[in-house]
Amino acid sequence: MNGAGNLMDFLDEPFPDVGTYEDFHTIDWLREKSRDTDRHRKITSKSKESMWELIKGLLDAWSGWLVMLLIGLLSGTLAGVIDLAVDWMTDLKEGVCLSAFWYSHEQCCWTSNETTFADRDKCPQWQKWAELMTGYTEGAGVYVLNYFLYVLWALFFSFLAVSLVRVFAPYACGSGIPEIKTILSGFIIRGYLGKWTLLIKTVTLVLAVSSGLSLGKEGPLVHVACCCGNLFCSLFSKYSKNEGKRREVLSAAAAAGVSVAFGAPIGGVLFSLEEVSYYFPLKTLWRSFFAALVAAFTLRSINPFGNNRLVLFYVEYHTPWYMAELVPFILLGVFGGLWGTLFIRGNIAWCRRRKTTSLGKYPVLEVIAVTGITAILAFPNPYTRRSTSELISELFNDCGALESSQLCDYINNPNMTRPVDDIPDRPAGPGVYSALWQLTLALIFKIVITIFTFGMKIPSGLFIPSMAVGAIAGRIVGIAVEQMAYHHHDWIIFKNWCRPGADCVTPGLYAMVGAAACLGGVTRMTVSLVVIMFELTGGLEYIVPLMAAAVTSKWVADAFGKEGIYEAHIQLNGYPYLDQDEFTHRTLATDVMRPRRNEPPLSVLTQDSTTVEDVETLIKETDYNGFPVVVSRESERLIGFVQRRDLILAIKNARQKQDGVVSNSVVYFTEDAPQIPASNPQPLKLRRILNLSPFTVTDHTPMETVVDIFRKLGLRQCLVTRSGRLLGIITKKDVLRHMAQMMNQDPESIMFN
Amino acid sequence: MSSSIAQNLRAPALVLVFFVLVDVISLALADKVQFSPDTCPLHLCFSYFPTYVKYSLNMSLYMFITQSFEDVRCKCICPPYRNISGHIYKRNVTQKDCNCLHVVEPMPVPGHDVEAYCLLCECKYEERSSNTIKVTIIIYLSVVGALLLYMLFLLLVDPLIRKHDPYTMPLQNEEDSEDVRPRVDGAQGRGNTVLERVEGAQQRWKKQVQEQRKTVFDRHKLLS
Repeated sequence: MNGAGNLMDFLDEPFPDVGTYEDFHTIDWLREKSRDTDRHRKITSKSKESMWELIKGLLDAWSGWLVMLLIGLLSGTLAGVIDLAVDWMTDLKEGVCLSAFWYSHEQCCWTSNETTFADRDKCPQWQKWAELMTGYTEGAGVYVLNYFLYVLWALFFSFLAVSLVRVFAPYACGSGIPEIKTILSGFIIRGYLGKWTLLIKTVTLVLAVSSGLSLGKEGPLVHVACCCGNLFCSLFSKYSKNEGKRREVLSAAAAAGVSVAFGAPIGGVLFSLEEVSYYFPLKTLWRSFFAALVAAFTLRSINPFGNNRLVLFYVEYHTPWYMAELVPFILLGVFGGLWGTLFIRGNIAWCRRRKTTSLGKYPVLEVIAVTGITAILAFPNPYTRRSTSELISELFNDCGALESSQLCDYINNPNMTRPVDDIPDRPAGPGVYSALWQLTLALIFKIVITIFTFGMKIPSGLFIPSMAVGAIAGRIVGIAVEQMAYHHHDWIIFKNWCRPGADCVTPGLYAMVGAAACLGGVTRMTVSLVVIMFELTGGLEYIVPLMAAAVTSKWVADAFGKEGIYEAHIQLNGYPYLDQDEFTHRTLATDVMRPRRNEPPLSVLTQDSTTVEDVETLIKETDYNGFPVVVSRESERLIGFVQRRDLILAIKNARQKQDGVVSNSVVYFTEDAPQIPASNPQPLKLRRILNLSPFTVTDHTPMETVVDIFRKLGLRQCLVTRSGRLLGIITKKDVLRHMAQMMNQDPESIMFN
Repeated sequence: MSSSIAQNLRAPALVLVFFVLVDVISLALADKVQFSPDTCPLHLCFSYFPTYVKYSLNMSLYMFITQSFEDVRCKCICPPYRNISGHIYKRNVTQKDCNCLHVVEPMPVPGHDVEAYCLLCECKYEERSSNTIKVTIIIYLSVVGALLLYMLFLLLVDPLIRKHDPYTMPLQNEEDSEDVRPRVDGAQGRGNTVLERVEGAQQRWKKQVQEQRKTVFDRHKLLS
């Protein structure tokens, strides 16, 4: 590993910015790790010296947990604020609460005694805009006016959102999960997790969700939580100065984000582990657990939905399911897989269009157009007019005797005297049939519009729309199965488990399974998905249906294309992300390394014969991110590796502060500079920025191994030698380009270092 | 990235954020705790320090956020029964008493039918914090308002002021130069007055945003 002494020097006399990285560059995990080990060793040895140092050491050890606590508190609070504001603003599109303008529709009628059994959500305090303006509650004119104002509010919200994003924080747009995945794998995007991004993403997320666009808040909440993590990292030098350690905190913050988005703390931890994190040691697991817990607790104490739950669509039912029902569940899984494939293909094609054609030049117009179309098509259908979370909540719910929704318009047996929570299957009434039509239209609308919505220049997540698509499909299937069982209970499959007068099919459960399947098809999550869904229901008995649907949808979707939506977006943008797939081609390191056969030789520095001027010319003429240091040009035996950025800073620093360093000074990378005659200029010793343990492979190492080394150790570059002589270099970019080439993709799509 | 200005402003900003948080939390809790010198909620205790100003400020805030709606309800939905139509009952009772017998008043059925009627009713106890909602919405709206004003300022007023300012010109040209960051460190608007420092910080921030905008909207390198 890195010589300890070498790094100690580093810490003793640091000059600004050494050991940091440039924007859009990849970090060196090994270097970060050894720097942290050295820092830790230093603190331990110092802590024996005095009481104060001991306390400082303890504080340092505890700072990780403290950061987690702060992240949990802030992300929980922000999630609560977002939930409350979305609730209010969504209803603002339709009307206003006269008694207190800050109440949403439900909150407005919360204590009102004027609500009746037939019209449960009507109260005089809440007035629709047309009612407020004209005084009438019915009529074509009122409908048109409400329609017009609904569209107008939607356009206003989305315009505000897109302009705020454009003016203050362009990085706040999109879902953020592909970028966070890339950042966690060791990429630097400066400002992506900054304070302005945090503020603007929080504010515009509310606007975007309330505008009624087909998008959700879950993905952006992960980004918001990671911004919180980055914010608190800057308070502790342990995390702010070490990119590797910072990424451990960010992994945990992602868990806190999902925890508050779905009210699923364990699901959040698993999501971070399965979906976003790259380097996830056990220590991070415990810390994520703690952060997720604190975040969920904070959100729970805010109680944004007034139901003592963390999400709007929490459901609770305990009706059993039967073996034969696995068939429709698996069919829903197939549907989920097909939807996932369709969505990924369609969305990526559309995003590529946005990236390459002139469509990308009009981001504001695009948002306005999509919002306009969404609002105009959504208003006439009651299932698309309301917020998507409410729709999911209604679809998940089981029809009790007291439900007022159209979906629960079953024909009741007049002399039914059973208690409330045990209702047998009933024939569907006209309300259910009209609801089915409306749901089918809503399904088609959601499928199409979501493809065009995701990826616009406003904060947009795809969990909620995906779940909505699945929930609608699931509910339709559920009602179909239920009615089939009711009308044909003498059929052989229903005979065993569905006697007349029994409650045997729960359409809400089908909706839930469908939602899980569709989410699984799009994101390719399995374990975390099932855990999240199970935490939403609070019942263990539905794990098998959910697992069956999740696995089926993953199989079906994988058959059409290997990658989930996040990997597809990573690839579309050409981020340097090494995924965990096997590399199976039989190429060797010598085929991938630079320089290639007829290229000029590698730019190297020698340990004791290069002058400052030579180095400066080399820096000016090339754009390599680092240079190998060899004994001499003749022998080409490797000494170490020096980063370009460190070299620039060191020379600049030396020229400013160190006397006698001129262009003719010789740069020494050896331990001691030899005695030089007084006539020669003062030498410049740069051993402390030299990495003495660069990773090397021989030229005949198979690429399979090299890819594995890059992936597992998080290398940035690797030197290739033959019998001690330096031959070439392989960077992460070379590896990624090689992999793209092997998979018949355009290697030039990998742009970043 | 961390500039000296940011360093200087960090501590007071954190203290400010902390106070705002304490304020919000205590105001949210204010309804639960009676406002009296004996049981003062969280930071209101601080007001007993001789600073009369703070005391009156807190008082006015407290008066502003008085409770106007009940925050606890027990809601019973009773379906149609025989010839009685369905009805919704809401009352402010404790969680223990949240059942049909305590909430449904007046009872629409004679005594011997009460049990059958109540079996059909579904009662739910719910809590909310109207103060949290109020404070959140008002804070959110003021943040959006402030951002809007600042945006309008940046888009409309700022270009007019800076039209003759030579300082903006080199900013445009150096965008693509390679090592921006070391230079920024050197030329960190170390002005004498606070105003100049804020100005420098604002300039640097504007440049970063411009760079981000180029990356995202023009070159489509990220996030497309």
